[in-house]
Amino acid sequence: MSDSIIASMDMIHEKGSSLWQDAWIKLSKNYLALLGLAVLVLLVVISLLTPWIAPYSYSAQNLDIGATAPSLQHWLGTDVFGRDMLTRIMYGGRVSLMVGFVATGVALVIGIVWGAVAGFYGGRIDALMMRIVDILYALPFMIFIVLLMVVFGRNILLLFLAIGAVEWLTMARIVRGQVMSLRHQEFVEAANSLGLSQWTIIRRHIIPNTLGPVIVYTTLTIPSVMLLEAFLSFLGLGIQPPESSWGLLISYGVETMEEYPWLLVFPGIALSLTLFALNFLGDGLRDALDPRTSKD
Amino acid sequence: MFKFALGRLLQSIPVLLIVITITFFLVHSVPGGPFSADKAVPPEVIKALEAQYNLDQPVWQQYLSYLGDVVTGDLGPSFKYSGRTVNELIAAGLPATAELALYAMLIALSIGVSAGVLASIRPNTMQDYLPMTGAMIGICMPSFLLGPLLVLIFGIYLDWLPISGWGDIPGDKVLPSITLGTAYAAYIARLSRGGMLEVLSQDYIRTARAKGLSETMVIGKHALRGGLIPVVAFLGPAFAGLLGGSFVVETIFQIPGLGRFYVQAAFNRDYTLILGMTVFFSTLIILFNLLSDMLAIWLNPKLRHEIQGNH
Repeated sequence: MSDSIIASMDMIHEKGSSLWQDAWIKLSKNYLALLGLAVLVLLVVISLLTPWIAPYSYSAQNLDIGATAPSLQHWLGTDVFGRDMLTRIMYGGRVSLMVGFVATGVALVIGIVWGAVAGFYGGRIDALMMRIVDILYALPFMIFIVLLMVVFGRNILLLFLAIGAVEWLTMARIVRGQVMSLRHQEFVEAANSLGLSQWTIIRRHIIPNTLGPVIVYTTLTIPSVMLLEAFLSFLGLGIQPPESSWGLLISYGVETMEEYPWLLVFPGIALSLTLFALNFLGDGLRDALDPRTSKD
Repeated sequence: MFKFALGRLLQSIPVLLIVITITFFLVHSVPGGPFSADKAVPPEVIKALEAQYNLDQPVWQQYLSYLGDVVTGDLGPSFKYSGRTVNELIAAGLPATAELALYAMLIALSIGVSAGVLASIRPNTMQDYLPMTGAMIGICMPSFLLGPLLVLIFGIYLDWLPISGWGDIPGDKVLPSITLGTAYAAYIARLSRGGMLEVLSQDYIRTARAKGLSETMVIGKHALRGGLIPVVAFLGPAFAGLLGGSFVVETIFQIPGLGRFYVQAAFNRDYTLILGMTVFFSTLIILFNLLSDMLAIWLNPKLRHEIQGNH
């Protein structure tokens, strides 16, 4: 998997690095997007290192102190069980980010394959596949996810699948549009005449060329997925204790916000900040990768 | 236009059928019946209950009879609230939810459109950056965070507004409506800015300006109509989102509406209520999508001609 990604990255550079260099130059002038990228990288690093750098252990309780306001020992205070909030937010962030990335990954794989196949074959196959997408679009998905979580119990794998299954539709449409416009270009015909199999052409030539819009849309899908997870966890239908996520921490914070407002405010800041970073980065990438904005 | 509407309406029938079918079999595939309660219930009682709700029949037969009922608008009895039908429960919850959605939509449209239009008139100035940063905050501030924060600030610290209820105390509708409307105001601001920017660069706007029309006329009469098409097209999906948002907002503010019923039904495992409400929500959402599409087409002469050309 990772090999093919690296291979496709290399191909992009061989084909003409100018588009990507262009994009990078434009992106590096967009300070908000850069800030978003920096925050995101920082959050991912913190999440990866959490088990080693968290100030307290995840299960450590201190019922003697209970909920305390932020202090030198507990920078973000403690909850009603005396658990360190910074630690809880760090571990919660791991889950929130993981849901964001994994569910988006699910959506990405389904959407790209679906859209690429439909766009590449065109004709009746395309009509049928896009008709299915249209029908799925009309379904009230928010309600369906709630339903799925109720019916099958609240487990995290299902959450990935349910959210991923919702978010692939737009991706499929974007990729299909790209592929449609690509498949009659000379380099695809050249590959065809070289006798490459259709699947190889899709994999090696079509998909890498749709990367721009896909990257942009991915960056914008992650925050909406994280919101969905937080929404479900808030309602009690998402992540279940003892696991934790920002949505769950916020819902606990709401219960005691009158007495201990920091239990609501800090997880709220963590979630909003991440959504900010991702949205600014996504907007910046869109501007940078959209050839129509190159005239400015 | 009429033909188009009719065609779309007919197309939504299979979609609804799929919704009903998926939901029905999902709900019926749950391990353990709806009456497997914590208390030990005598098997005769369960038998009698199952007979009352037709659960003793094979699933496909239940499915067909449910379909027949749905066609006549009967969503069946509720499992949990004995003696009440799903129709009654929906009728009880609908007014509050509809009113909440209406206020939220009004807030979203008035703030969103004015912010977006203001921003588009002077792009890349403070008049653009300020409202657009505000919009970004609105998008990144989910309702389940914004609602409690508003309650904390305006309800508890400042003590200006009531923090729960619906129509009991004057002013108790303010915070929920703002909470639900904010995210949509933000989306609408971004959409109307984008749409307006696109329109303002077109020739007919230059013509209007060259004719010496005032800027108010140019914006108000010529640009808005085209620039707001993306907003109109967004109204359908926004409506679906409002229903989902009402789950959270009605729970936070303890509003006796459909969203809260749905969440409670989910926790109570009240399967007939979930099934019925899913069918009801889906129908509403499909209808609203249709309406907003029609409106967008009506506003856009290009699309209008395309459709008339096709039929």
